[in-house]
Amino acid sequence: MNALRLIWAGFRMNLKMLGTSSFFMLTAVVQPVIFATVAYYMFRSGGRAGTLLYASLGAGMMGVWSTTLFASGGMIQWQRWQGTLELGVASPPTMGLLYLPFSLANAFTGMYALAATLVWGRLVFGVPLRLAHPFQFALALPATVIALGLMGLVLASTFVLYRNANALANLLEYPVWIASGLVFSTSLLPAWTRPISWILPPYWGILALRRAALGGDVWGPLTMVLVAGAAYGVVSFFTFRVFEHRARARATLSLT
Amino acid sequence: MSNNARIFFVGGVIAYRALFNWLNPWIFVPTLVVAPIFQVLFFAFLGRSAGLESDRFYVIGNALQIAALPGLFAMTFAISGERWSQTLSPLLASPANRAAVFLGRALPVVANAAFVCVVAFVAGALILRVHIAPGAIPALAVVIAVTSISCTGFGFICGPLGLRWRDAIIAVNLLDAVLLIFCGVNIPIDSLPGWMQAVSEYLPVTHGLRAARRVADGAALGDVSGLILAELAIGLTYAGVGFAWLRHLELVARRGATLENS
Repeated sequence: MNALRLIWAGFRMNLKMLGTSSFFMLTAVVQPVIFATVAYYMFRSGGRAGTLLYASLGAGMMGVWSTTLFASGGMIQWQRWQGTLELGVASPPTMGLLYLPFSLANAFTGMYALAATLVWGRLVFGVPLRLAHPFQFALALPATVIALGLMGLVLASTFVLYRNANALANLLEYPVWIASGLVFSTSLLPAWTRPISWILPPYWGILALRRAALGGDVWGPLTMVLVAGAAYGVVSFFTFRVFEHRARARATLSLT
Repeated sequence: MSNNARIFFVGGVIAYRALFNWLNPWIFVPTLVVAPIFQVLFFAFLGRSAGLESDRFYVIGNALQIAALPGLFAMTFAISGERWSQTLSPLLASPANRAAVFLGRALPVVANAAFVCVVAFVAGALILRVHIAPGAIPALAVVIAVTSISCTGFGFICGPLGLRWRDAIIAVNLLDAVLLIFCGVNIPIDSLPGWMQAVSEYLPVTHGLRAARRVADGAALGDVSGLILAELAIGLTYAGVGFAWLRHLELVARRGATLENS
């Protein structure tokens, strides 16, 4: 019960903090709309206007990933700047549990991106919003967001130890968009990249959302989203424990 | 060396080093070397999926547009960074020539923008096996240099925003996105609505990009000199307007004692 209370309180708190940040509203709403616009024009000019919903979903998911990446990346660093990181580490709950709700809130904020691109596509480009499997879409969306949040938690754990890990956020935005095939099929990529795609929750997430929207088997990729999310969750609790221990041993927790 | 020259060169280099936390490779390499290469690859694959243009179109387009990354962000942080480190007031209270202070900061940024362009261009061409005739390389180098200057000039518009607005970075992101959509980077300009085509004529990158694509197709430097001059003129105009705006805002901030307000 205590853990649930902690998760709910942390989730609400971080959601409010992100809601007041212009930067995150930009990342979550404006940037995906821009990328969606580029994709719409490219698909339309290339004579593939039928794929605009495909582009909408992909651009929305790009926004979910960017928001998760930058917010999770910045999470530990902001706590460090505000002087609250030590308090969090010294508190009785494990670090993984403490920062889990923050990471989930980051990914949840990213859902604005999906809403923004779908609405933008409908209003400006007339993209139809008919979903082939609306119920499965409603299941796939939160599952994907939670899995991305757990992936963000693994990233956040590296920030406990490495103060320059925020550069990782700049590094990982495009590669994950590419390897996950968010706006194009991963079959365009070299065969050696497939295993990389398979271990990424966004890859399974966009597959589940795309099939729920356009038709196809949703349950397979949806199961994989949950499996991948759970795996990242387990890894994050392990990495938080290891990195926290090392940061304490080296006395580098609060160094900026 | 005269005071102005010292401020221009030495001050510019110190400000540039501070911008990247004293040239920390942990920040510089992922942000300005690796990420731009992946931008080229992302749009090339998206282009293949859309069946729109060849890989060469996206390699040239994105490599040149990437010049805007250091141009816009660095020139904004030239002001915002001073505010965050609480050195803006001492800087503006100093009798230093403002042109030397701020133009000096632009010089390393131009070099940086050109470097990022070249890295993205070469890496994108090698990975995607895009062939550029060796004879076209000197002319492309000129186009890259001019586009880097014009993007840095465009960045001068963003610098003053940092004087008035705490979240100037938001505007910078938006301007970067405007270049991505309007300038023919990934979408042929003639596919855009008329008003967007008209706007693109007044933005940096558009003319440089046209010149670079024509040079890659075999045109000589002389054939694209008009485009290169137009690119340069646009960049210098933005730089002039940005500098004048900066001076105006500085005077207003002094008069109203609002320099540190954010």
